[in-house]
Amino acid sequence: MTVPVVGGPGGRPPQPPLVQLLTPEGERVEHPDYSIDVTPDELRAFYRDLVLVRRVDAEATALQRQGELGLWASLLGQEAAQVGSARALAPQDYVFPTYREHGVAWCRDVDPVTLLGLYRGVNLGGWDPAEHNFHLYTIVIGSQTLHATGYAMGVQRDGAVGTGDPARDTAVIAYFGDGATSQGDVNEAFVFASVNNAPVVFFCQNNQWAISEPNERQTRVPLYQRAAGFGFPGLRVDGNDVLAVHAVTRAALDRARRGEGPTFVEAFTYRMGAHTTSDDPTRYRIEAEVEEWKLKDPIARVKALLARTGQAGEEFFAAVEAEADRLAEHVRSECLAMPDPEPVSMFDHAYRDPHPLVAEERAWFAEYHAGFEQSGVDESGLAAAAQAQR
Amino acid sequence: MSPRTTTIAKAVNEGLRRAMEDDPKVLVMGEDVGRLGGVFRVTDGLQKDFGEDRVIDTPLAESGIIGTAIGLALRGYRPVCEIQFDGFIYPAYDQIVSQLAKMGYRSGGKLSLPVVVRVPYGGGIGAVEHHSESPEAYFAHTAGLRVVTCSNPADAYFMTQQAIRSDDPVMVFEPKRRYWDKGELDPAAEPLPLHAARVARAGTDVTVAAYGPMVRTVLEAATAAEAEGRSLEVVDLRSLSPLDLDTLVASVERTRRLVVVHEAPTFLGLGAEIAARVTERCFYHLEAPVLRVGGFHLPYPASRLEEEYLPDLDRVLDAVDRALAF
Repeated sequence: MTVPVVGGPGGRPPQPPLVQLLTPEGERVEHPDYSIDVTPDELRAFYRDLVLVRRVDAEATALQRQGELGLWASLLGQEAAQVGSARALAPQDYVFPTYREHGVAWCRDVDPVTLLGLYRGVNLGGWDPAEHNFHLYTIVIGSQTLHATGYAMGVQRDGAVGTGDPARDTAVIAYFGDGATSQGDVNEAFVFASVNNAPVVFFCQNNQWAISEPNERQTRVPLYQRAAGFGFPGLRVDGNDVLAVHAVTRAALDRARRGEGPTFVEAFTYRMGAHTTSDDPTRYRIEAEVEEWKLKDPIARVKALLARTGQAGEEFFAAVEAEADRLAEHVRSECLAMPDPEPVSMFDHAYRDPHPLVAEERAWFAEYHAGFEQSGVDESGLAAAAQAQR
Repeated sequence: MSPRTTTIAKAVNEGLRRAMEDDPKVLVMGEDVGRLGGVFRVTDGLQKDFGEDRVIDTPLAESGIIGTAIGLALRGYRPVCEIQFDGFIYPAYDQIVSQLAKMGYRSGGKLSLPVVVRVPYGGGIGAVEHHSESPEAYFAHTAGLRVVTCSNPADAYFMTQQAIRSDDPVMVFEPKRRYWDKGELDPAAEPLPLHAARVARAGTDVTVAAYGPMVRTVLEAATAAEAEGRSLEVVDLRSLSPLDLDTLVASVERTRRLVVVHEAPTFLGLGAEIAARVTERCFYHLEAPVLRVGGFHLPYPASRLEEEYLPDLDRVLDAVDRALAF
């Protein structure tokens, strides 16, 4: 069935303008509603974040290719959307990420090594959410938007919005992708947030592709326009412009903290790599599209601005590269040193209070294991022997 | 508060009220639970006394109810969610099974999810489709959840509060057709542990295990059997995850026969699990195979047929006869 699409060249709906403060060529531009005063230190800090985050991501992809990770979900191309938004957060704000928010994790001081546990298969999420106000990665698409909304409803009940105290007023941010906007949970989150006027920012990284499915399979309207139907503002920002993302997210978070309710931010960006290391994007998208987005790279434009305005020179860029190399080495060596968990530890934490069935099965398993140790044969030895006999 | 006669619905209400008085972090949320007091009036008067911030009329979205309850729990609250009817729980199934049940495990014990999900369940009220189901096995099958069900006002009162105090997520299945059944409630009594089964009636010939709405049916069957000279021991399981097998096994070792009764279909129901586990532990005590009485392998039928579909006194006694005939 061919669905006629109204307007727009090439069958695409007309694309609305983006909020942009830094062009792909590195030119600062003004926007009537959003402005940003960024000091040289701040601009250099953004650049450093972007480079380090990309370097960690590349190292993790390499570790997967070498068999050290079972999977990796690359953020390549989305660094500005993540760093720009996360650097707008106050310490007391709370983040609900997807499984791709490695750049946000970096800004919440989560050691990148910790992110690898899930992908290496040694745990299901190794950091303490309360320590970083950064929730565990959520893999089921869109589920976390409801958790974010509920958390924000808790913030309201704690009287931590609209007090005017910048150390107390709290916002919540929910990250999700373009594919997630089709999920019922995301739409329910919009409803709950709207009717409760909850202090939550819905931050959608529209990276154009939900695995193999383009935006056209998810929506007939620009995604940010969905917000209007739920009764809160939505806007589209150049997701590869760290300054614009920062300015827009900061305004949305401030609005939430003031008690004025949710905002939908659509960060228009592009997934430069595969969906995950298990994906092959050459089966469903053309290289020319990727080439077009390479020209909008989020890091190159910051570097161009820094260099052209003399806010940073070769020495600075070299120092950041060297730091990135050290960070990558840290990620690599710590990843390789990650031990496999003790088998019996799988029985930990299914419940907080004692559960007799888990206790019984744990005891059986421990005894079963001990039997192999006593006989001097380990299970892998038995399995290998069985394999050899076949 | 002195001992008195009350109904299951009122006892749940009192249990909720008591929990909300004891802990300001306890919230009640669901569809129509506030101004209306719930379609069964179980939450009657709570919003008036505790306010709209603590007794929340939610949008009509079950996944949204559980998903936001998870977020509230992460912020330190103890939400008690009402799913209006058993058959409406499935839109929330993903949030319950993939998020609520697993999040504590996923976090390596760093997060606790003290969320209670109350579900009026079971048939026998002449309702339209999706209002009479018994979905408890889906949740008992899911590690990370605790699943309990009450059969009388005292259990309703205490188990509601115990579930709310649990740091694990607890599903509380409430026997909706028994909401108006009366019984004694002594709020000063010492309650059983949340996950203990209870011998509801002592007997010698056959153990009949049941839970929720079927406990009354089985007690009535035991009275009828007594007139025929048969002594049934009735065990009210109360907790479906974990199961209190010790209490059940001790009973079966005395009677040597077991019949398990529930409204849910027998195929892969709680009775199947109980039969397997009791057989393993009581193999040399058993004089007969463990028999099951339950729903058929059918969608819940139209209400004019439900009396034929649901286990009743005669079907229980038929199984007892078969067990004794071995």
